[in-house]
Amino acid sequence: MSVIEMSGLRKEFTVRVKAGRLRREKRTVTAVDGIDLRVERGEMLGYIGPNGAGKSTTLKMLTGVLMPSPGEARVCGLRPVAERTRLAMRIGVVFGQRSQLWWDLPLRDSFELLRHVYRVPAGEHGARLARCRGLLDLDEFLDTPVRQLSLGQRMRGELTAALLHGPEVLFLDEPTIGLDVVSKQAVRGFLAELGRAGDTTLVLTTHDLADIERLCHRLVVIDHGRVVHDGSIAALHSRYGSRRMVVAELDAALPRPPELPGAPLQRVEADGHRLVFALESATVAEVVAGLAGLATLRDIAIVEPDIEEVVARLYRMTAEAGGATVTGAP
Amino acid sequence: MGSVTATVAPPTNSNVTRSIRTFGAIARSGFRRYATYRQAAVAGVVTNTVFGFLRYYIFLAAAGAAGRVAGYDREQLATFVWVGQGLLAVIAIWGWTELADRIRTGEIAADLLRPVHPVTSYLATDVGRAGYAALSRLVPPVLIGLFLFDVYLPHRGATLPLFVLSVVLAVVICFGCRYLVNATAYWLQDVRGPLILWTLCSGVLAGLYFPLGFLPGWLEALLRYGTPFPSLLQIPLDVLVERQPAPVQLGLVGVQAGWAVVLLALCRLVQRRAELRLVVQGG
Ligand SMILES: Nc1ncnc2c1ncn2[C@@H]1O[C@H](COP(=O)(O)OP(=O)(O)OP(=O)(O)O)[C@@H](O)[C@H]1O
Ligand SMILES: [Mg+2]
Repeated sequence: MSVIEMSGLRKEFTVRVKAGRLRREKRTVTAVDGIDLRVERGEMLGYIGPNGAGKSTTLKMLTGVLMPSPGEARVCGLRPVAERTRLAMRIGVVFGQRSQLWWDLPLRDSFELLRHVYRVPAGEHGARLARCRGLLDLDEFLDTPVRQLSLGQRMRGELTAALLHGPEVLFLDEPTIGLDVVSKQAVRGFLAELGRAGDTTLVLTTHDLADIERLCHRLVVIDHGRVVHDGSIAALHSRYGSRRMVVAELDAALPRPPELPGAPLQRVEADGHRLVFALESATVAEVVAGLAGLATLRDIAIVEPDIEEVVARLYRMTAEAGGATVTGAP
Repeated sequence: MGSVTATVAPPTNSNVTRSIRTFGAIARSGFRRYATYRQAAVAGVVTNTVFGFLRYYIFLAAAGAAGRVAGYDREQLATFVWVGQGLLAVIAIWGWTELADRIRTGEIAADLLRPVHPVTSYLATDVGRAGYAALSRLVPPVLIGLFLFDVYLPHRGATLPLFVLSVVLAVVICFGCRYLVNATAYWLQDVRGPLILWTLCSGVLAGLYFPLGFLPGWLEALLRYGTPFPSLLQIPLDVLVERQPAPVQLGLVGVQAGWAVVLLALCRLVQRRAELRLVVQGG
């Protein structure tokens, strides 16, 4: 059985908007518009989409804090809202935007309290905490009240707090938001380690695609509350035709742009000293051989397809195709 | 997969002890959380003391030359005022908007993501808070009363334990009322209205502005059985100054217990209703 199942999951918000001087009109905003998805045990799922796509709304429904409009979701076989307290024992959640720690308590006390709240045996709790302390470098601020922690420190605390009860599923909504490079690496390294162990299922929402590249084998892209891509990152590249690039630095500019079979010229930069080719059917060797016959090569570089690039292209395409999600209610 | 029958099986003994342990841990952390605000405690003590003098002399004026009013003599009035000033903080009658704030900001989501019912975990935290308040806020006015005034000390042996029980129940009842007032934030954008109403009603009807004995007997009885307000202050203080015979006082504490049960049940009901329509903001 899948750890997470969604079928026809929807969420509509009713909002009142000003229409004229005194009149207020009811409108329905469809935040999640019929999502069908299954996630298997141990999967690391990247759940991405442009701002307002419905990612956080989905995660709120899966964790039981938001009632779906119609549609069904199961997490660990439980109905999230109806069986929320039981589900809470088996999942870990980090909403990067808000804290789940106790503002006035030192991190150490928060962790100790969580041990009782989740009823974790002391030995198990201690072992997990020790691991987190090592991997996330918690020691220097373990006795600081949460309200005095920096964002990055707090986020490492939040992650630890979400993991101390050994959850089967981990939901992370932008866990790397606002973190510096070192903290990001610490968090990613930690999650990668968790993924290698293979028994925790991860659903990760982020706008930093490096998180996804580093951690997730499966990528679900949603937009306007609908799934627009579900598959590996490689599949995304091939579907949207992102290609590897060959960047050639020449000693002197060529009189006219060269034509190489299977490798169309993409850009000419630096006054013609730098040429960028996309690899379609040609190999790198063929491009190099073709160029060598035309000019003196100073340097050659191969650029892997860029995930930001392909995702940006996908977002733009869906934005053009996507209809309005805001509809007037009767 | 946990089978469905597991949830309806009677709670085992170890399950109960584990629940109590969880409750205790949350209460201890509540104590520690509030203990971080020492300055607030000092400021509160000063305010309570000032108003203690004010209330004492007003009540004394009401007692007049006879030195008795509504069944209280001067010493009983002194105890009523000075212990009452401390109890205000122990039950935290005013100024608690934590739940409403967390609902408004969406932080309530964090509470819902825990495997403990929100009413239970907020109650446990409040019990811890009350414990800290009993040390930091109840003791000073009681000492002032003891040293500066002739206060009434209970004569009956059973009074003190009954008073402690009555205060514990008052804490639970006050928590229940505050929870309900705060929970209006699930439906209303702005909870100032309900808060003002609560402040007004609790001040007048709990026995703070004047002992409810000043009112006609039928009205006092109506308030006592028909509203939870007298259970907040009036009943615990009456127990302490032994205004009624012992068996009657036992009955009054029974009334409190009834209110505590009713209010907690109501809190859970309201919470469940709210969760079905809750929109966690932000993210
Ligand atoms: N409480 C609410 N009331 C009304 N509309 C809402 C509410 N919460 C979210 N929405 C709308 O639902 C849509 C999806 O919001 P959601 O927070 O799920 O987006 P997201 O994918 O997490 O975006 P981001 O990347 O910016 O965090 C948005 O259009 C948002 O305006
Ligand atoms: Mg979001």
